[in-house]
Amino acid sequence: MPLSEGKNSLSMTSANNAKAEVFSSVASLAEMEAIAKRLRRHIITMTGKAGSGHPGGSLSAVEIITVLYFRVLRHKPKDPCWRDRDRFILSKGHAAPLLYAALAECGYFPVDELLTLRQLDSRLQGHTDCTLTPGVEMSAGALGQGLSFAIGVALAGRLNLQDYRVYVLLGDGECDEGQVWEGAMAAAHFKVDNLVAIVDNNGQQIDGWNRDVMNLEPFNKKWEAFGWHVLEVDGHDLAQLTQAFEQAKLIKGKPTVIIAHTIKGKGVSFMENNPDFHGKAPNAKEVEIALRELE
Amino acid sequence: MPQEVSTREAYGKTLVELGRENPDIVVLDADLSRSTMTQLFAREFPGRFFDCGIAEQNMVGIAAGLAASGKIPFASTFAVFVPGRCFDQVRMSIAQPRRNVKLVTTHGGISVGEDGTSHHAIEDLSLICSLPGFTVIVPADAIETAQAVRAAATTYGPFYIRLWRPKLPLVNGEDYHFKLGKAVTMRQGADATIIAIGTMVAVALEAAEGLKRQDIDCRVLNMPTLKPVDEAALIKAAVETGAIVTAEEHLEHGGLGSIVAQVLAKRQPVPMEFVAIKDTYAKSGTSAELWQRYGLTAKDINKAVHTVIRRKK
Repeated sequence: MPLSEGKNSLSMTSANNAKAEVFSSVASLAEMEAIAKRLRRHIITMTGKAGSGHPGGSLSAVEIITVLYFRVLRHKPKDPCWRDRDRFILSKGHAAPLLYAALAECGYFPVDELLTLRQLDSRLQGHTDCTLTPGVEMSAGALGQGLSFAIGVALAGRLNLQDYRVYVLLGDGECDEGQVWEGAMAAAHFKVDNLVAIVDNNGQQIDGWNRDVMNLEPFNKKWEAFGWHVLEVDGHDLAQLTQAFEQAKLIKGKPTVIIAHTIKGKGVSFMENNPDFHGKAPNAKEVEIALRELE
Repeated sequence: MPQEVSTREAYGKTLVELGRENPDIVVLDADLSRSTMTQLFAREFPGRFFDCGIAEQNMVGIAAGLAASGKIPFASTFAVFVPGRCFDQVRMSIAQPRRNVKLVTTHGGISVGEDGTSHHAIEDLSLICSLPGFTVIVPADAIETAQAVRAAATTYGPFYIRLWRPKLPLVNGEDYHFKLGKAVTMRQGADATIIAIGTMVAVALEAAEGLKRQDIDCRVLNMPTLKPVDEAALIKAAVETGAIVTAEEHLEHGGLGSIVAQVLAKRQPVPMEFVAIKDTYAKSGTSAELWQRYGLTAKDINKAVHTVIRRKK
C-alpha cells in the first residue's frame, strides 16, 4: 500500500476504544504528520507543567516514535503484556515524555494523565519505570542498558518460536557507554535478526556537540564493523523511516541499525540544536511560544 | 574429616537436571563456563546457553531481557565481577523491575587464594544485599548448593547465590532439607551462638568443638539465606544464649555481621563480635594461609566467643 493511502483503524479523536484488539494502525503520511505534531505539543505541555524534564531529546525522536507506534508495531494498547506483541524498548529513558505521549495517544492510558508527569504518585516517572506504566517495557534512564535487554527479549522470541520483532531506541550520546558496544558485538554474534536498533542521531549531548565531547565518528562504520546491517535516514522524514523499518524486516542473519539523523529540539525554534534544552523544561512563556509554533 | 565436595559441580549438575525438567531454564556465562561449571548445561543444551564473552554488563542485561520474556535465566561468573563490575545493570535491569534472574557466582571470598586481590570477592554480599528485592543465598556445602539452586529456579524474583572455588567439607547430611529464609541449627548450645555462612560454617563447628573442651557450650547457626534474614532465629539465639559471634568470608562491613547487628540492635541487643575481613584487601596465598592471615580460623572464632562471653552481664 502506498504510504499516502494509509488508513488508521483507530479513531484519532477517541483513541481509548481500541479494547484488546491488535492495533493494526497503518496511518497515512498525513495522519502521521498530525500525530507527530500532537506528540510535540504533549512534550511541551507535559514538561512545562512538570517544570523539569528532557524536551530536546524527546522532540528529536518524535517521527521515529510516530512511525513505530502508528505504522510498524503490532500491539494491543488494552493488553500491554500481550505475549505476541512487538516490543519497543526505550533505552534513552530521558525521552520518557515522548514515549508517554505516544502510549496515551494509542490508548494505553488516558491522555489527561500526561499532565501528571513527574508528580508524586504519578505512573509517569521522570525516567521510564516499567513497574508503573502500561506499555513501558523497561525501566531506563541509566544509559546504555537497553540494547542488552533487547537482545535478551529477541533471543527469548527465537527460543519460544514467536515471531514478534524487537525495536530499541538509543541516543547517539548514549553510545559513549561501553555496554552499547558489548551489546552490538553480541547481537551480531547471536545473529538476532528480529532486532532493530534505532539511533536518534541528533549530534548533541549534555555538554555540547558529540564531536567536541566524545567523538563517535565514523559512526556508521562502527556499526558495520560490529556486524550490523546499517541504514541511514533523515529521522524527521516519515516516509524514509517507514521504508527503513520495512527494509529491516527483510534482513536475515544479522541485526539492523537505523541511524536516524535528527535535530535536537526539532519543531521548536529556540530549542533546535540548543543543548540547554536537553534537560531543562520550558517556562510558561516558552511553552506559549512553542505551542504557537506547533499549531 | 568429612568428605569434600565441589559446590560449583553441584551447581552445574543441578542446572542440567533443571534444564531437563523445564525448557524455560536458560544459562548465561561470561567466558568462565569451565570454572563456574555452567559448561555442563552448555554441553547438553547448547541452544539454551549463551556465552556472552568477557562482558558482564551485557550478560546481565540479556538475562533481564530473557526473564522479561518468560525465561528463567541463570547467569554466572566469578563473585568479584557480579555484582561489582555491573552494579548499575543489576540495579536497574534486574532489581528495580524485579526480574526473575538468578545470578549464581562462584569463587566467593578470599579462598580463591593465589589469584590475589583482583579476584577476591569480599564486597559482593554488601553490594547485593543493598538492593531491594534480592534474595541472597550463601550455601555452606554442595548438598545445600543443589537445593538452593533448585529453590531459586522455582521461586519468582531476583536471586544471588554465592559459591566457592575450593571443595567444601559436607556439613549437611543427605537428609538435609533447605528451607528458603530459614536458619539451620547445626548444634545446640547455651553460652553463646556462632552464626556463620558458607565456608565459615565448617570452621564454626570446629570452633564449637574446641570451645566444648574449654567448657563453653556454643550454639551454631548456619544462615544460608542472608536476605531476607531469619529474624526469628536471630532473636531466639540472642534471648537464649545472650551473646552472638558472626563468621563470614567477606568484609566486616555490609555482610552477615552488619545484617545480624541491625536486627538485634532493634529487637534484642546483646554483646556481639564479628569474625570477618577487617577493612583491607587480601593478597596472594593459599586458601588456608589467607584464612589464617585475615582472621578466619577456628582459633579466631574461639577468641571472639571468649571476648563476647566476657561482655555478657
